[in-house]
Amino acid sequence: MKLQGKTWKFGADVDTDAIIPARYLNTSDPAELAAHCMEDADPTFAGRVRPGEIIVAGKNFGCGSSREHAPIAIKAAGVACVVAASFARIFYRNAFNIGLPIFESPEAAEKIQPGDEISVDADTGVIYNLTRGEEYRAAPVPPFMQEIIAAGGLINYVSRRLTREKNNGKED
Amino acid sequence: MPMTITEKILAAHAGREEVHPGELINVKVDLVLGNDITAPVAIREFARTGVTEVFDRERVALVPDHFVPNKDIKSAEQAKILRDFARRQGLTHYFEVGRMGIEHCLLPEQGLVGPGDLVIGADSHTCTYGALGAFSTGVGSTDLAAAMALGETWLKVPETLKFVYYGELPPWVGGKDLILYTIGRIGVDGALYMAMEFTGPAVESLSMDGRLTMANMAVEAGAKNGIVPPDEITRRYVEGRAKRPYKFYQSDPDAAYARVYEFDVSKLEPQVAFPHLPANVRPVSEAGEVRIDQAVIGSCTNGRMEDLRLAARVLQGKKVHPDVRLIVIPGTQDIYRAALQEGLVEIFLDAGAAVSTPTCGPCLGGHMGILAAGERCIATTNRNFVGRMGHPQSEVYLSNPAVAAASAVLGRIADPREVC
Repeated sequence: MKLQGKTWKFGADVDTDAIIPARYLNTSDPAELAAHCMEDADPTFAGRVRPGEIIVAGKNFGCGSSREHAPIAIKAAGVACVVAASFARIFYRNAFNIGLPIFESPEAAEKIQPGDEISVDADTGVIYNLTRGEEYRAAPVPPFMQEIIAAGGLINYVSRRLTREKNNGKED
Repeated sequence: MPMTITEKILAAHAGREEVHPGELINVKVDLVLGNDITAPVAIREFARTGVTEVFDRERVALVPDHFVPNKDIKSAEQAKILRDFARRQGLTHYFEVGRMGIEHCLLPEQGLVGPGDLVIGADSHTCTYGALGAFSTGVGSTDLAAAMALGETWLKVPETLKFVYYGELPPWVGGKDLILYTIGRIGVDGALYMAMEFTGPAVESLSMDGRLTMANMAVEAGAKNGIVPPDEITRRYVEGRAKRPYKFYQSDPDAAYARVYEFDVSKLEPQVAFPHLPANVRPVSEAGEVRIDQAVIGSCTNGRMEDLRLAARVLQGKKVHPDVRLIVIPGTQDIYRAALQEGLVEIFLDAGAAVSTPTCGPCLGGHMGILAAGERCIATTNRNFVGRMGHPQSEVYLSNPAVAAASAVLGRIADPREVC
């Protein structure tokens, strides 16, 4: 799978309050959350981002609260994937669980400039910067996370496992 | 193989003799937790698993605490999703308004988490229970949904950072100052994906309330969990309180650590985290002249009895500065009642403070103390990100309860020694 799009660049330690402020957490409707995506980092983002575009950020992206509303807001805003130097751990889990592709690459995070057109090969983790003619490599996705992605998210993974156990007569 | 306390608890719950950092393991959970923001999403996802009943109705705790008492129609709808689910599933640990508390104050107090437990919660501050010698960590709603269905979750075994705090803590310096100082030293991702093990004489001298404050903010350094080795103070806290059997684990003396930090804290001052990161820490004497509009004393970080006692000691016989709103939020109904019986609530009221029913409220900019553009608040809470307590152009400064109380009296960030 290849993800190609224009990039939006953010700094280090983008927290989940910046991604989706708590004042909007009285709903879990993806479309409503998307309308306020990244609002406290860039109030113009939600209105200007186009489907398929890509967020690029520094270290520790998604730090702070456990709110799954953060990756949900990003995904529902149409963002194809997030490339960052590193991710906070709960955001990392949440993104895989809900099916938002994320890629860890300090080099890409440093070298990609706002507005660059990039292409990410989700299978190999190679990131091509079409604007600058550069190539970066993302950290490989752990095999277990690949299984979750292949299943279409954690819930599908869990229900398949339960079906398998039932068929094997393990259920009491 | 020698193991750390974190590794031992993980191994026990994975049904294995030993585990190594970096391994992915499946573990049984002793308790899972959700609140009125995260559980509605989890309940929706739980329905998609095809499972109709939670794995154990005594091991799923739902605590509406963030936007309750319901702040608007939408949050009322969210809280109702929890209530309906709890009734339908017959959950024994659902806590209604008037009988509830801030989740991370409430569950330890009620004896629902204990030493040696493995707990996951859809709230980042679930790491609080490490103070009891448990492994506990925050996850998202979908992980909570899967754990409600399976009674298990997957975890990567973290490397451990060991922190050793030497020396006797000076007056007005406690768990909040130790953890703020630590985050200031290592940064907001200084413990990313790792366990933080808090040890040494200064930690051993902390009460359970102080330890809960420390473990609570491990996530602010990016950690997976924070943990304090259980001891006599732990035993006294859990005896007569724990609702389930518990077990004390200790790190082996030759366990492997990714790194060991040693801090002499005998001359530590109260610490203040400036906007807009919890790592932006300075000693209070270097705060300079920072006028404040509001002070908040409460939250899962500092809403416990010891915190209220400290604040009351500073506020006794004094008045809140005319330009300041002081909001005091006891963490649970039991803490509220104890504060009433000890006369603390009267001290707060006499000083001119507002005292609220338990709620996360202002900490995350929910309600009960939202800031306008340009306003500043000193708070005993855990995060000071942009817009955390209200308008994106407001500011939050983090401190211990004594500093927050002294600041409320003087109208600027102040050292408790200036008023006591």
